[in-house]
Amino acid sequence: MADMNPKKTPMPSQAPDIRNRNFDEVALGYTYEMAVGEAKRCLGCKHKPCVSACPVGIDIPAFIERIANEDLHGAYEVLSHSTSLPAVCGRVCPQENQCEGKCVRGIKGESVGIGRLERFVADWHREHANEDPVLPAPNGHKVAVIGAGPSGLTCAGDLAKQGYSVTVFEALHVAGGVLSYGIPEFRLPKSIVAEEIEGLKKLGVSIECNTVIGKTLTVDDLFDMGYEALFIGSGAGLPRFMGIPGESLKGVYSANEYLTRINLMKAYKPNSSTPIKRSKKVAVVGGGNVAMDAARCAKRLGADEVYIVYRRGMEELPARREEVEHAQEEGIIFKLLCNPIEVLGDANGDVCGMRCVEMELGEPDASGRRRPVVKDGSEFVLEIDTMIMSIGTSPNPLIRNTTPGLETNRHGCIVVQNEDGLTSREGVYAGGDAVTGAATVILAMGAGKKAAAAIDEYLKSK
Amino acid sequence: MFEILEKKALNPTVIRMTIAAPRVAQKAEPGQFVILRAGDESERLPLTIADFDREKGTVTIIYQIVGAGTMELHSLNVGQCLHDFVGPLGVATHTEGLKKVCVVGGGVGCAIAYPVAKKLQSQGAEVHSIIGFRNSELVILEDEFRQISSELKLMTDDGSRGEKGLVTAALESLIQNGHNYDEVIAIGPLVMMKFVCQVTKKYGIKTMVSMNPIMIDGTGMCGGCRLTVDGETKFACVDGPDFDGHLVDFDEAIARSSMYREQEQHAREASCNLFSKEA
Repeated sequence: MADMNPKKTPMPSQAPDIRNRNFDEVALGYTYEMAVGEAKRCLGCKHKPCVSACPVGIDIPAFIERIANEDLHGAYEVLSHSTSLPAVCGRVCPQENQCEGKCVRGIKGESVGIGRLERFVADWHREHANEDPVLPAPNGHKVAVIGAGPSGLTCAGDLAKQGYSVTVFEALHVAGGVLSYGIPEFRLPKSIVAEEIEGLKKLGVSIECNTVIGKTLTVDDLFDMGYEALFIGSGAGLPRFMGIPGESLKGVYSANEYLTRINLMKAYKPNSSTPIKRSKKVAVVGGGNVAMDAARCAKRLGADEVYIVYRRGMEELPARREEVEHAQEEGIIFKLLCNPIEVLGDANGDVCGMRCVEMELGEPDASGRRRPVVKDGSEFVLEIDTMIMSIGTSPNPLIRNTTPGLETNRHGCIVVQNEDGLTSREGVYAGGDAVTGAATVILAMGAGKKAAAAIDEYLKSK
Repeated sequence: MFEILEKKALNPTVIRMTIAAPRVAQKAEPGQFVILRAGDESERLPLTIADFDREKGTVTIIYQIVGAGTMELHSLNVGQCLHDFVGPLGVATHTEGLKKVCVVGGGVGCAIAYPVAKKLQSQGAEVHSIIGFRNSELVILEDEFRQISSELKLMTDDGSRGEKGLVTAALESLIQNGHNYDEVIAIGPLVMMKFVCQVTKKYGIKTMVSMNPIMIDGTGMCGGCRLTVDGETKFACVDGPDFDGHLVDFDEAIARSSMYREQEQHAREASCNLFSKEA
């Protein structure tokens, strides 16, 4: 009989007024007892609604049952059958919209803490197991993966498990993509990302950093080098700006630059060789998860006032509820229904303020959300010294500009024929943000997984 | 790994380094750049490619020891390896169809101007070169420029070598002497490029400049290297580094280049102390 407690086992966390001054992980993870207890809340539904809502199709009731039976090895085996990055997904997936959103326990109470349990199993395995994976017999086929982010790593892992010789080409000096440069240490420790990548290397995946496809090598070079199929998971890395006056003043960052300096280049460490502005008053423009990350980083770097400036209301914030709550607890100030129209600078060209207008919500627009319209005569100046633009990104043009015959749409996204991710070029598959525009880690992983299966089928039938 | 094959001081603070990087050498063209990291904890340092040898698989860079990053690079010697070396990045300098060009280099910018001048000369263009330095001690690549230029003006601020004066004065006198250039290519400090552009604008001569702003990734991801060109925002790393100098907002670029001046000063002093402790 399942434990019928309507509440999820709470996640032990650092207190808000402590954690907003350090970069250590906020959520500390379940203990063994908490995990086994939480696992016993699962009803083990036969129709498994949670599984249908998981982009990589993890057999959720099966892994949870094994935790309840204290078989953590078994639980890890179930996870690793479907995901190459369980420690990452357990931390950054929007479970409330996926598995946990469909959990039957969520109807009359709180859902089972599926994400927290996934994280627990992955962390337990990392600490307790050190056996090397059993490598499949090589099948003699070579596949190249472009981009070592969530979609590329997933695709590479799945292909390696089937005996393919897989090389991942990464532009930056470390693998991980957004897991390394974007998501901050306090949400996803980089040592965990590094260990998950180490796990893929043990499976035989080779990772070549410092290689920009479209510059160092082209897609056609890769075919000439003997790769028989390609997966493009190059992400959506190009930051958007608003196009308002003053965006080139000193102290205006894209969220990408701000987060890359902090996460990839470790600017938060006292001995880092990468400079970052030590701000007092910061405005982050945008309302997504990236905006929350940037705001929480700014607070941790010592800013007194950090604002989230978003042109719609609380209900419309695209960020995960949990991220918004964490930000609020840490003292981030939400300036909603507010839109900047000009960045103001002083005589030295440093940011000293932001001219804003207040907004109100009108009729729903094409996205179904109520369209923000400017309130007449509502102009005011917000005093700030740093502005961080977090209003979205688009795919990088380097690959599409150097790959003849690769179809892209007007947003610069690679066009795929179907769910498998086949592009307009034979043998070239794509997935993740490079196809969809900026989305989530888990959707990118799902796309990488489907493409791996399609590449396997393509090469077997060739 | 990216082994250092050669390291030679061109003047007390400007160093030439040749590095084994076969894939970069295979694709490199004049005007493009690389990003390197000396060690595991180093910053990403963008440097323009000074030369390359496809057969030997080598890329040559020339750097001036100015900050913590270049000091760290300078602490490595022949036989040691750079931790990271990625490229070639950016768009190559357009040299096609040019018949008569004046190449203007300032200080360490001459290191970038030279491969462009060499390529122009090898394509049959008539090349005039003006190279400027603060004083005779800092002169680099004089012989190299002389070999490929039908006219060479060497300028120093204090007159300790060549002619005393600024590169802009030399350029203006060449133009006034009746030389009709298809294009002027100016590579050097922002202020120099700004004033070269003011001269050439007066005479209606198209002028390309090579911008070297603060950047991190070099692939269009951070947007830190953005410039205003003809009223539009451009990223130097993917749209450049070469731009039409008459359209570049130099004052904005000069302001942006000082973003981290204070922190760089601290870093430089910190590394100096480290070096002096070791010594």
